[in-house]
Amino acid sequence: MELAKQTTEINTTDTFIQELTTLNLGPTHPATHGIFQNILQMDGEKIVSGVPTIGYIHRAFEKIAERRNFYQITPLTDRMNYCSSPINNMGWWMTVEKLLGVTVPKRAEYIRVIVMELARIADHLICNSILGVDTGAFSGFLYVFQEREKIYDIYEEICGARLTTNMGRVGGMERDLSPSAIQKIKDFLRDFPKVMQEFETMFNRNRIFIDRVEGVGPITAERALNYGFTGPNLRAAGVDYDVRVMNPYSSYQDFDFEIPVGTKGDTYDRFMVRNEEIWQSLRIVQQAIDNLPEGPFHADAPEFYLPPKQEVYRNMEALIYHFKIVMGEIDAPAGEVYHSVEGGNGELGFYLVSDGGRTPYRLHFRRPCFIYYQAYPEMVVGSQLSDAIVTLSSMNVIAGELDA
Amino acid sequence: MADITNELLIQRLQEKFGDQVFDIQEPYGLVTVTTTRENIIPMLQALYDDEVLQMQFLTTMCGIHYPDNKGQELGVIYHVHSLVNNIRLRIKIFFPEDDAVLPTATNLYATANWMERETWDFYGIRFEGHPNLIRILNVEEMEVFPMRKEFPLEDQTREDKINTFFGR
Repeated sequence: MELAKQTTEINTTDTFIQELTTLNLGPTHPATHGIFQNILQMDGEKIVSGVPTIGYIHRAFEKIAERRNFYQITPLTDRMNYCSSPINNMGWWMTVEKLLGVTVPKRAEYIRVIVMELARIADHLICNSILGVDTGAFSGFLYVFQEREKIYDIYEEICGARLTTNMGRVGGMERDLSPSAIQKIKDFLRDFPKVMQEFETMFNRNRIFIDRVEGVGPITAERALNYGFTGPNLRAAGVDYDVRVMNPYSSYQDFDFEIPVGTKGDTYDRFMVRNEEIWQSLRIVQQAIDNLPEGPFHADAPEFYLPPKQEVYRNMEALIYHFKIVMGEIDAPAGEVYHSVEGGNGELGFYLVSDGGRTPYRLHFRRPCFIYYQAYPEMVVGSQLSDAIVTLSSMNVIAGELDA
Repeated sequence: MADITNELLIQRLQEKFGDQVFDIQEPYGLVTVTTTRENIIPMLQALYDDEVLQMQFLTTMCGIHYPDNKGQELGVIYHVHSLVNNIRLRIKIFFPEDDAVLPTATNLYATANWMERETWDFYGIRFEGHPNLIRILNVEEMEVFPMRKEFPLEDQTREDKINTFFGR
């Protein structure tokens, strides 16, 4: 790397030479929460320029997906934004359902909304509590992580896994919500608001915290749009774009919720927008669990939905479908489809080109982190090194999603 | 909002670009057009400046490779979005593999910077005028463009490998 070696001389006079220091922030710096490298040119504590290097955990998902059956691609989506994998899973299933023309029953859509909103809460909790850690407040982090564990317990109750969930199937869910899952969701809805209130009390009006984050790493709405920002980071800059409202999917139009927006697009606004989104997600989960419709939890799509195991042993048709699905003998229709969902960090899009085979011809993931992380140098130039850490943390850049 | 229909969008594109816009389809409700590489930047600019459409948000762009389409092996697909009217448009361009050069969209969209670097990295499509066209996710020493179809993934059932070399 030539950049790493060079020291730029500016403002040279006969008597006084000012030199810039090159600082390698990362790739494995504990404060960056992931493998990011930034080569910063520093003038004392002030950042003059920054060059991010990414790709340290690139796993070629788009290439691997070209040889995988549709149901084998969900584990790949898990590993993109691993803080909210159910949203990625559901986004992928909805893309496939759109291509296949499968209609999902209401109950399955409501269950999906519940897990997606729980995932959003978990995602925002990590981001905001880690921001607290980076500003020197460790206890908030430990306090809300206990609640995040409860969300993971709910995932476990629904699908058996905790982090990389691989949840759902084409046309719905793999199993219905069990009574104990419903009980756990209700317990969470009862207990979590008190914890969240305490978390907010600790930070929202905290003088030390506000001094540390207000006006740090700002971006205007125009620049944010030009940089392709979506999600909480765009809303913090004052643009009320949310895929759940603009292009409702999975029955989001049935729910009553608000889209919080900020004004300055700085770290404090991003923090506050995420906090408010947690409250709105709680509202959605509450409505979904109160109005959970009766009915089947998956679509009647025997060609794509694996039959129950008991049926496979007793029923000829079920056995045939089971065999055909597992051996990948059912072709998808040719076509191309773009579907996006509101992920934890913004518009998570799937562009799927099918040539009529069992695997995608081309699958492109629109990963919000990858798209907005390129604005990072512009946001931190002119600020101090410690502000750069806080800005990175509040942008919630997830290495898995960044590098695919 | 939502007054702009797909028909109106197609009509406005045809008014401006005539027969340079072809192969118009609407798969799953998303208007898809194909154009030539000479027209891609003027078209993105026109959509950006259009007072009615206001398509000012580049959602994503990606490369694609069809090795069997002789003379049009490589392609780039742009997804643009009008946040004001909530309408999306997909623009495709195709060009030959041995002349994979495109004009850059970075002057219009700052976000195109890394998207074009990614497309260069995986498909070897060169964007003329790009400020910093280097590999982004793969190592700099890499000599191939891995998403092209001539590099298939390993067949899981192949038997010509010596298992002890692979620890199995």
